[in-house]
Amino acid sequence: MIVADRKQIPELRDMIKDFDRVLLVGCGTCVTVCLSGGEREVGIIGSALRMSLKLIGRGDTVVDECTIERQCDDAFIDALAERVQEYDAVISFGCGVGVQALAERFPKTPMFPGLNTQFMGLLESQGVWAEKCAGCGRCRLGEFMGLCPIARCSKQIFNGPCGGSHDGKCEVNDDINCVWQEIIDRARELGMLDKLEELAQPQDWSTYRDGGPRKVVREDQCIAGMGPDAEEGVQ
Amino acid sequence: MKNDTIVLALCCHYCAYAAADMAGSMRLQYPPNIRVLRMPCTGKIEENYVLSAFEYGVDGVMVAGCLEGGCHYLEGNLRARKRIERVKGILEEIGLEPERVEMFNLSSAEGPRFAEISTEMCERIGKLGPSPLRADRSRLKAGIEELQAEADAVLEGEKR
Repeated sequence: MIVADRKQIPELRDMIKDFDRVLLVGCGTCVTVCLSGGEREVGIIGSALRMSLKLIGRGDTVVDECTIERQCDDAFIDALAERVQEYDAVISFGCGVGVQALAERFPKTPMFPGLNTQFMGLLESQGVWAEKCAGCGRCRLGEFMGLCPIARCSKQIFNGPCGGSHDGKCEVNDDINCVWQEIIDRARELGMLDKLEELAQPQDWSTYRDGGPRKVVREDQCIAGMGPDAEEGVQ
Repeated sequence: MKNDTIVLALCCHYCAYAAADMAGSMRLQYPPNIRVLRMPCTGKIEENYVLSAFEYGVDGVMVAGCLEGGCHYLEGNLRARKRIERVKGILEEIGLEPERVEMFNLSSAEGPRFAEISTEMCERIGKLGPSPLRADRSRLKAGIEELQAEADAVLEGEKR
C-alpha cells in the first residue's frame, strides 16, 4: 500500500489563495486505508479548511468535497469529469500518482496535492505504518530471507549488519529495527544461515531511479498504434 | 458583560445524559448556555462531527463520556478522548482556541458533577468570547438540529 500523511491546513489554504471555488477529491484506495485521504479525512480537512478561510476573511470561498474509488485509474476519474468543470481548482487527496492522474485528465484545472506521499509500506501496529519496499526494479528479497535491506536498512547495505547495529536496533534511531538482525534471526529460524555466508553482489541501480523515469511495457498487451513504438500522433 | 455563548454538550446516553437528567431532578443550577445533545456513545463522535459544530457557529463543545473503564462499549470514551485531542490540534492549526473543546468523564450518578463541568465550560467559553466563526442564530439552531438528527439516526438504529 502507498502510505501518505496530510499536509497542514495553512499550507493548503495558501495553495488555493487565488481561487474561489475549490474541490477536494479523496481517493478510496491506499490513502483511505492509511487514514490520510479517504472520505472521512477529506471531510475533516474540508471542514477545517472552510473554517480557516473564514477566519482570514475569505469565507466566501467555496470548498466542496468528494471521494472517488481510485484516482490512479481513468475509469474511476470519469465520474468526476462533469463536477470538476464547476471549480477553479482541485486539491487531490490521492497519492502523488493520483494527483498526476487528475492533472493529466483535467489539463485546464489547476491541481494541488493535499497529502505528502511517503512510501510503499505496511501497517506495523494500529496507527503506525512502516516502509517496506523501495521499488528498486530488481527485487532481491529471495537473497535476504524476504526482508529488504534497500528499503529497511538505513545504509542500504547488502552484507550486513554494520557496526551500528545494537540490541536489534539501528544506530540512526532506536525506533528503527536493524533489518540485518531480522534477516539473520529469520535465516536461523529457517535453517538457512549458510546462505548468508555467500557474498551478496552489488545492486545494479540502472533499474532504479538512476536510470531516469521508468516504464513497464508488455508488448503482448499493447494495442496496435498505442504502444511505445507507435508513431507520434497516431493514437 | 452578558455571556450569550452557546456550548454544545455531546452527552453519552449511558452516563452524562442521565447525569444531566439527574442534575435536573436535583434542581441543580447550571448556565443556560448549554445545549445538550444525546449521543449513543462518545466513541461514535467523529472528528468531523465536532468540526461541523464549530462550522455551524457554536462557541464551544464539551464531550461528556463515561468514566474510563466504564464505557458500555468498552473503549468508546477512550477513543473519544484521542479524537478530541486531534480536534484540538486541528483547531490550533486553523487559529481557533483549542480550549473551545474539552472531554470530560463522569458516571450517570453524578448529577452535581454534570452541573459543575457545564458551569466550568460555560465560564471558560464566556471568557474566550463568541467564536469568530459564529453564524446567525437561525443557522446555528438548524445546525444543532441536524447534528442531533444524525445522532438520533444512530440511536434509532440501535433500538432495532
